[in-house]
Amino acid sequence: MARIGVFVCHCGTNIAGVVDVTRVAKYAETLPGVRISVDYKYMCSDPGQNTIIDAVKKYNLDRIVVAACSPRMHEGTFRKTIERAGLNPYLMEMANIREHVSWVHSDDKELATQKAMKVMEMAVAKVRRSEALSKMFASIEKRALVIGGGIAGIQAALDIAGAGYKVVLVEKEPSIGGRMAQLDKTFPTLDCSACILTPKMVAVSQDPNITLMTYAEVVEVCGYVGQFDVKIKQKAKSVNSKCIGCGVCVTKCPNRKSLSEFNEKLAPRKAIYTPFPQAVPNVPVIDRETCTFFKTGKCKICEKVCPTGAIEYTQQDEIIKEKFGAVVVATGFNIYDHSNYGEYGYGEIKDVISSLQFERLINSSGPTDGHVVRPSDHKEVKNVVFIQCVGSRDESKHRPYCSRVCCMYTAKQAMLLKDHYPETQSYVFYIDIRSAGKNYEEFVQKAQNDYGVVYLRGRVSKIYERGDKLIVKGADTLSGAQVEVEADMVVLANGLEPKANAKELAQLFHMSYDQYGFYNELHPKLAPVETAISGVFVAGCCISPKDIPDTVAQASATAAKVCALFSKEKLEVEPLIANVNQLTCSGCETCYNVCPYSAIEMEDKEVRRGDMRHVAKVLESVCKGCGACVGSCYCKAVDLKGFSDRQVMNQIETATTELSTND
Amino acid sequence: MSNEKKKDINVVGFLCNWCSYAGADMTGLGRNIYPSNIKIIRIPCTGRMDPMMIIEAFHNGADGVLVSGCHPGDCHYSEGNFYWRRRYPHLKSLMEHFGIDKRRFHASWVSASEGKKFAEVVKKVVADVKDWQENG
Repeated sequence: MARIGVFVCHCGTNIAGVVDVTRVAKYAETLPGVRISVDYKYMCSDPGQNTIIDAVKKYNLDRIVVAACSPRMHEGTFRKTIERAGLNPYLMEMANIREHVSWVHSDDKELATQKAMKVMEMAVAKVRRSEALSKMFASIEKRALVIGGGIAGIQAALDIAGAGYKVVLVEKEPSIGGRMAQLDKTFPTLDCSACILTPKMVAVSQDPNITLMTYAEVVEVCGYVGQFDVKIKQKAKSVNSKCIGCGVCVTKCPNRKSLSEFNEKLAPRKAIYTPFPQAVPNVPVIDRETCTFFKTGKCKICEKVCPTGAIEYTQQDEIIKEKFGAVVVATGFNIYDHSNYGEYGYGEIKDVISSLQFERLINSSGPTDGHVVRPSDHKEVKNVVFIQCVGSRDESKHRPYCSRVCCMYTAKQAMLLKDHYPETQSYVFYIDIRSAGKNYEEFVQKAQNDYGVVYLRGRVSKIYERGDKLIVKGADTLSGAQVEVEADMVVLANGLEPKANAKELAQLFHMSYDQYGFYNELHPKLAPVETAISGVFVAGCCISPKDIPDTVAQASATAAKVCALFSKEKLEVEPLIANVNQLTCSGCETCYNVCPYSAIEMEDKEVRRGDMRHVAKVLESVCKGCGACVGSCYCKAVDLKGFSDRQVMNQIETATTELSTND
Repeated sequence: MSNEKKKDINVVGFLCNWCSYAGADMTGLGRNIYPSNIKIIRIPCTGRMDPMMIIEAFHNGADGVLVSGCHPGDCHYSEGNFYWRRRYPHLKSLMEHFGIDKRRFHASWVSASEGKKFAEVVKKVVADVKDWQENG
């Protein structure tokens, strides 16, 4: 007979406020095999854990049930606890009576208590069939992959490389730098974005531990923590390593048909191009979609003018296979496309521009050399209206979240405009000002008090053209008046959303993401840069909108996580894997065919003396424990440790029976 | 608190560890209330669902069964939920053949961030099973 201890947690009032924990503990004592049952205020606390350890020794317990929060939260904690008590860590089960009971059944305390008793009883039923499992170890490939070459990816790569590990940084665009490279100045210090970013970009290119792959994308991922097999597609740049970055090819290229992505389509760019002058690497690429040679077979001017013979039209896309131990995903954001807003002209009024377009206009290396002029007629501006929350805090556009940076960058843009053109007047339509951050509120106050920016609390109902002016109609909810502003230009504070292909990348890694495509962190507070996929970390705006300091902090955090992983010689992995009973295996190869990891091998073996058979075998180091083989085995020869047939059947049986007593 | 002894319906929910179980945790974090009739069993993946487990649940007297996993394409183990997606319709028609009303057997896709959705799914399942129980 098992000797089970049941430990019921109050979690302060989180559980005890709804569930009668003493009744749960008392009920546990009536269950067969349960020797002791205790309830305590915080089981995960030091005294709580010691209660378990003491009870194990005192009552000679061999199995433990902890009825508390989700196993996704504290399974690891309590496994360690009972290991300290001298038990095998896999002889512990958690009954989730917080997330799955007290927090969701607070409407009926009696029913909640009864359910908690049942959930605890199911865990007891399961733990009866638990087996001691031995730890497994895997090797670690001490190389990191960083996806995304914005400020987050750059910072993560530099930090990991700084600790002495090899890093491959993959960037989709021809240059690293990301969104931050597009910005003019940064709030609240107003230091020039490029001045603080470009030294880091150069540091990446010069670090011997970092391999930079631009114009490249991750296309396939296999494996798991310590051993990720990744296929990276290096798109053909059509320019080889002989390039010295002189830029003659770009100057001479006659094809100006494309619009510059970097300049937010405010200016044309050549078919052979670097996104911006400080690009790293400073090697141009040929956009084969628009290049005259690739379309018509004639031109080849770049090849003629190149002094080093670096142009290579025959280059092909290349698939590069690499092995990594850990991955940092830092893919960043797009801005919300304001053509969804009819009231702002469906993106068709030329002088209604996005925030990033404004950044490019006011940037001295931008398409207008820093002159803020109207895209329609290149006239300078006098009155400018800024509209906040475009694609943020707007249920009707399915963007109910706050993008966090727009209040700040709008204040910044209004101030920069005034600095450049003291004659201008800015108006800001806002819902609320959200300026939580060091020196942020002071910054917004400064915009209002020292720069004379007029803040109007209300939404804009319509923008339309009258002559060469834009009429902005809106409400000032503080005075209750309708307002009409005659503007030369309207700048929208576009919200942040994930990259268009964020979901596809998530699916490569099997990361989870929310309804917008932002990646889910393992725990919103306590594991903010980890994901449910061990060895895959996330940083920056691909998780949620955030500003540069938070992004950099997260990037460094991922680097710390990667370095901690790499500091180990061997990696402990969960032994919750499949095993085959070869005596009952019929050799049908179904499991062999369904296994997503090729972790099943067929072998011809003498399973008993004189009984030679074709049977399946699990490759322990490859199996990830999904149980696809178990679900499809016809003769019940495969089972899954930790979720065995007997354990689950016990749970089902208990779940479907009434509580044995009602106190 | 009503103490009348009416046998309440009992639903067994099999939730995959990575999406739906985490989604149900999210339901808790968001304090979204749902009926307490469901008892949740954690499984690593819906691909692990042995048809015997469902038969066993009904055989033992469960009024309803719910199996919930990652959205197709999002499986933590790449393809486990595809196996389940293939198995479910077959199993469902087999169950009907056995005399298990289709309102009693449900499958859903709930991701780790869809806490509210999980509450809605449970409400729907419980309502369906109640409908079967009361109206036949």
